[in-house]
Amino acid sequence: MTPPTQTLEQRPGADGPRGSGPLNTQDQALHTRTLPRFAPLGLLAVATAVSVGISLALGWNRAAMVVVAAILYLVAINLVSRSVENGRRATDRTVTGLVTIAFLIALLPLTTLLYTVLSNGLGALSGEFFSASMRNIIGEGGGIYHAIWGTLIVTGLATLMSVPIGVFSAIYLVEYGKGALARWITFLVDVMTGIPSIVAGLFAYALFVLFLGPGVRSGFGGAVALSVLMVPVVVRATEEMLKLVPNELREASYALGVPRWRTIVKVVLRTASAGIATGVTLAVARVIGETAPLLVIAGSTDSVNFNPFDGRMATLPVFTFYAYSEPGVPAEFSVERAWGAALVLILIVLVLNLIARLISRAYSPKTGR
Amino acid sequence: MADSSNELTRPVKRLGDRIFSGTALGAGVLILVTLAGVGLFLTIEGLPGFTADSSATQPADNFVGLAGPLVFGTVLSATLALMLAVPLAVGVALFISHYAPRRLSQGLGYLVDLLAAVPSVVYGLWGIIFLAPKLVPIYRWLENNVGWIPFFSGPTLASGRNMATVAVVLAVMILPIITAICREIFLQTPTLHEEAALALGATRWEMIRMAVFPYGRSGIVSAAMLGLGRALGETLAVTLVLSPAILYSFNFIGAQNPSTIASNIALQFPEASGLEVSVLIATGLVLFLITFVVNFAARAVVNRRSEFSGAN
Repeated sequence: MTPPTQTLEQRPGADGPRGSGPLNTQDQALHTRTLPRFAPLGLLAVATAVSVGISLALGWNRAAMVVVAAILYLVAINLVSRSVENGRRATDRTVTGLVTIAFLIALLPLTTLLYTVLSNGLGALSGEFFSASMRNIIGEGGGIYHAIWGTLIVTGLATLMSVPIGVFSAIYLVEYGKGALARWITFLVDVMTGIPSIVAGLFAYALFVLFLGPGVRSGFGGAVALSVLMVPVVVRATEEMLKLVPNELREASYALGVPRWRTIVKVVLRTASAGIATGVTLAVARVIGETAPLLVIAGSTDSVNFNPFDGRMATLPVFTFYAYSEPGVPAEFSVERAWGAALVLILIVLVLNLIARLISRAYSPKTGR
Repeated sequence: MADSSNELTRPVKRLGDRIFSGTALGAGVLILVTLAGVGLFLTIEGLPGFTADSSATQPADNFVGLAGPLVFGTVLSATLALMLAVPLAVGVALFISHYAPRRLSQGLGYLVDLLAAVPSVVYGLWGIIFLAPKLVPIYRWLENNVGWIPFFSGPTLASGRNMATVAVVLAVMILPIITAICREIFLQTPTLHEEAALALGATRWEMIRMAVFPYGRSGIVSAAMLGLGRALGETLAVTLVLSPAILYSFNFIGAQNPSTIASNIALQFPEASGLEVSVLIATGLVLFLITFVVNFAARAVVNRRSEFSGAN
């Protein structure tokens, strides 16, 4: 296309003394034959056609058809490439196929899950579903009003507790921390992200039972359990953001005689605020769907409970779990409510994820703010 | 962060600074205290459970008889999930980092991350309603054709609520975290290594084997261990999908499946009282210790690596 390439291509012909003939044969020996670009797609089409034919003849279902098509394609591309090209290329093409198939397999759960929840849950959504609790409801009707309030209260309290602790810990780690203590905190925060959620629930129970006696259930306990899960996420996100703040900004502030703490509050935190907001939103999205800790410490109830310090409090995930696992006598209504609650839960999580992406996109330096 | 107070002037001790740094330090220490507190309070409340008699450890005779099968079920389900998830996750990560068109790769990565955002109770519903019935024909085939292998001796339940289904659901749930870490590590491979391999005439797969995998090996191992930690502690998906029992069994598609610690707690805790609660908390302590060790080891490997790679 460009002039230099043309001269390179013309060169063998222009090479007078040595002649173009021998060089051309050498050229062919150096370059092995390659399959045309359309070969993989063509083979895929052939494999699919053969598979469809076999399936129709033998009466297989669609899943078997797809699997057979994939296997046929892998075998075919390997054999064709091995005969036309060479063994190494054949392996390369087979692996390309395998990796692509792996990705397609990974998409299967996401699509089928969204489809299942949507198709089962959409029917449950109605005005009553959002405005009624389960008090005195047997069979049809009722809703998730109490569970939505419970989720908002518990998650809200957890956020109120985790954000200050998480942000201040990150400030300590980035701005003040040196030596062994900071290193251990960093390391143990990472380890803490792997605490099983049910263990966090048991911890909250074991803590509250010491003060309030056995059998304790409260929304606040649920918030404590969720905080244990949320703090490490907030710390990591904030830490990453604070590290991105250029040192020049801090030094400029110090040069103006601003105290260190005011520099951190007014310059460092303000610069990193969008990133921290993204991290907090993602952390909320992570804990809002937690079921196990709330099952242990917040329990479940049919009525609205606005007091997080007293008594059981229903939440969306726990509601979903019990509506499905203990549906009562006409089971279909309860199961439908379970799907409805699951759909609402997924929508909340997706919206939170979307908000987080929008915040980070709106304020990221690349888009030139 | 150089200390702003220089030697020329005496450092001013401001009250605001001291309060602020004290609060920051306090928050950091609070995290350590919380972590210690998790171990401490679980020990305090769970201690009576270790010596509980058969009245509180039904259906087993003593604590070991109950916790043993639970630990077995927990480790078995997580290991099976890991065996399914790791090869797939490495493939997906490779696709995103080295095979997909560059413009698409970020969006595709986000798509896989969405899998991590789905609440576990929803995975449980999906597993029991959608996935399990779809897998039953495969179980039937395995039972009829390779039933002589102890793993597949059956008999298969029509609902498909068995260890194999749990393993598939858990694999889907830990796929995003393993993929995310592998992807990051594959993308960190020095471009010069990759280009050197390609310049020597390597195909793309040979380049990946010679440059990407050697560089990312420890990363893949630690990603797998973090996934293992997640799978060990997963509760609701197992609770909903598994048809549980307290026993040792390698029969993946049978009607009697070893329950897991977390799932057992979720099932029993709401109705438990007295010593039973202590027993459940004691099993929770065992789970905490197992996951702590796994995560500790995984993070230690990751951290050693990050110090190493920070130098390039």
